[in-house]
Amino acid sequence: MADVDTGLFVSWIREFARLIGENAGYLTDLDAAVGDADHGVNMDRGMKAVVAKIDEGPDLGGVCKQVATALIGSVGGAAGPLYGTLFLRMAPVLGSVPSTDATTFAAALRAGVDGVVARGHAEPGDKTMVDALAPAVETLDAALAAGATLPDALRRAADAAAAGRDATTPLVARKGRASYLGERSAGHLDPGAASSAMLIAAAATAAGG
Amino acid sequence: MKKLINDPADVVADALRGMAAAHPELRVDHADRVVYRGDAPVAGKVGLVSGGGSGHEPLHAGFVGPGMLDAACAGEVFTSPVPDQILAATRNVDGGAGVLHIVKNYTGDVLNFEMAAEFAAAEGITVQSVLVNDDVAVQDSTYTAGRRGVGATLLVEKIAGAAADRGQSLDRVAALARRVNAEARSMGMALTSCTVPAVGHPTFELSETEMEVGIGIHGEPGRRRIPVRPAREVAELLVEPILSDRDFTGVVIAFVNGMGGTPLIELYLMYGEVVALLDKAGITVARSLVGSYVTSLDMAGCSVTLLNADDDLIELWDHPVHTPALRKGC
Repeated sequence: MADVDTGLFVSWIREFARLIGENAGYLTDLDAAVGDADHGVNMDRGMKAVVAKIDEGPDLGGVCKQVATALIGSVGGAAGPLYGTLFLRMAPVLGSVPSTDATTFAAALRAGVDGVVARGHAEPGDKTMVDALAPAVETLDAALAAGATLPDALRRAADAAAAGRDATTPLVARKGRASYLGERSAGHLDPGAASSAMLIAAAATAAGG
Repeated sequence: MKKLINDPADVVADALRGMAAAHPELRVDHADRVVYRGDAPVAGKVGLVSGGGSGHEPLHAGFVGPGMLDAACAGEVFTSPVPDQILAATRNVDGGAGVLHIVKNYTGDVLNFEMAAEFAAAEGITVQSVLVNDDVAVQDSTYTAGRRGVGATLLVEKIAGAAADRGQSLDRVAALARRVNAEARSMGMALTSCTVPAVGHPTFELSETEMEVGIGIHGEPGRRRIPVRPAREVAELLVEPILSDRDFTGVVIAFVNGMGGTPLIELYLMYGEVVALLDKAGITVARSLVGSYVTSLDMAGCSVTLLNADDDLIELWDHPVHTPALRKGC
């Protein structure tokens, strides 16, 4: 059954770009508290570059590579390679097909998140993007296995990502620039987890969940 | 925000245009935002590429020229350059002897240089990387992204640049760069935060009576905030953690660096205090450098960097260099 086609995929990316644009100031303020005050500015610049470049194209893997290349080439910082790697690793799992089923999409997202972990060497609990992304892919897999539709499963994944994001607040950062603050990083929401929760929320919205 | 800028979005591009106009001996690729020495690539010489977020000027582009870097990649303010820029720089400085990437240890810089090095290797270019991580303010490296690259970056670029200029191989230049990093330690403090142009307000607030100790170079808060103290005591707060982190017993190169918003009179005053402390510890200063070289936009404050130096390192430090920000012996 075709649950995800290039149209839905592009809607996901556009919705993510919209959320980032709307919240760029918020993300940058989060980053100012624990980092170097550029996450929102960088992600907004990157997602605008992605939206300018992306088209529905013939196949899902190709669209993924478009997104990855634009992100890696325009975001800079840690977020560029990390989000870029996420989409780069999704591409081969989705393959050169115009549409795929929910399980394959979930497997692709998991491969992408595994890529983020491999590139950034962060584990859950380090106060990073992974704290939103890891529970999202766990929840997505579990929901689909339990028979949920893709929109429903993505909505639950988005809720899990948001909970993971909120759970970063008391954590002491162990990776990324916030880790330099030591104990003082506790009490602040992680900006990378915040943008990652938006990525999953955008997928749920695009799927109609 | 009061700054000498046009549109905050154009700060890096506008500054590179001015730099190109001021330094015709350099070649600036405005599309890729890479500053090259005019005669790059130099045949048979190891190419040195560095780069990072903008806002640390003169680091890195101010150190491009004979005896130091072959190319510097400029990212957005406080944001690392992207792999495409670094790859272009790597290709264009490869004179057949390989290329050394000098990377400050920040997650973004490491990831972007790592991807660029992978792409360059796929094109058949021999690349080695050296990470600079000299900041003793980051105490527990196991539970952080590791120590930051700060003041020692200049020392690595100068000394590796001299070795490359003398025709040493990539393996030797890379080993020397790693040795300089391993022998150097830095510690910094801030009297004010700094204002990122695209943000428009200071990254953090410090009152008139407070200072931040253990800062990096991105306007990020440091490890602790304490009441402002006299320079003599500030010097102790900077020198003590350096000396307790590593054995400095003999001869050093001492570098007092301004963060961008501190006048030279205060930097020399601080240097005097630092030297007095080193004297007391039985450490001899062989060479010194005082000035704003590794900055954090308009942040007021300073850092101290010490490098354990033997005759070889001192000789390479004295090797002629001709760059916009550092010039000696020519």
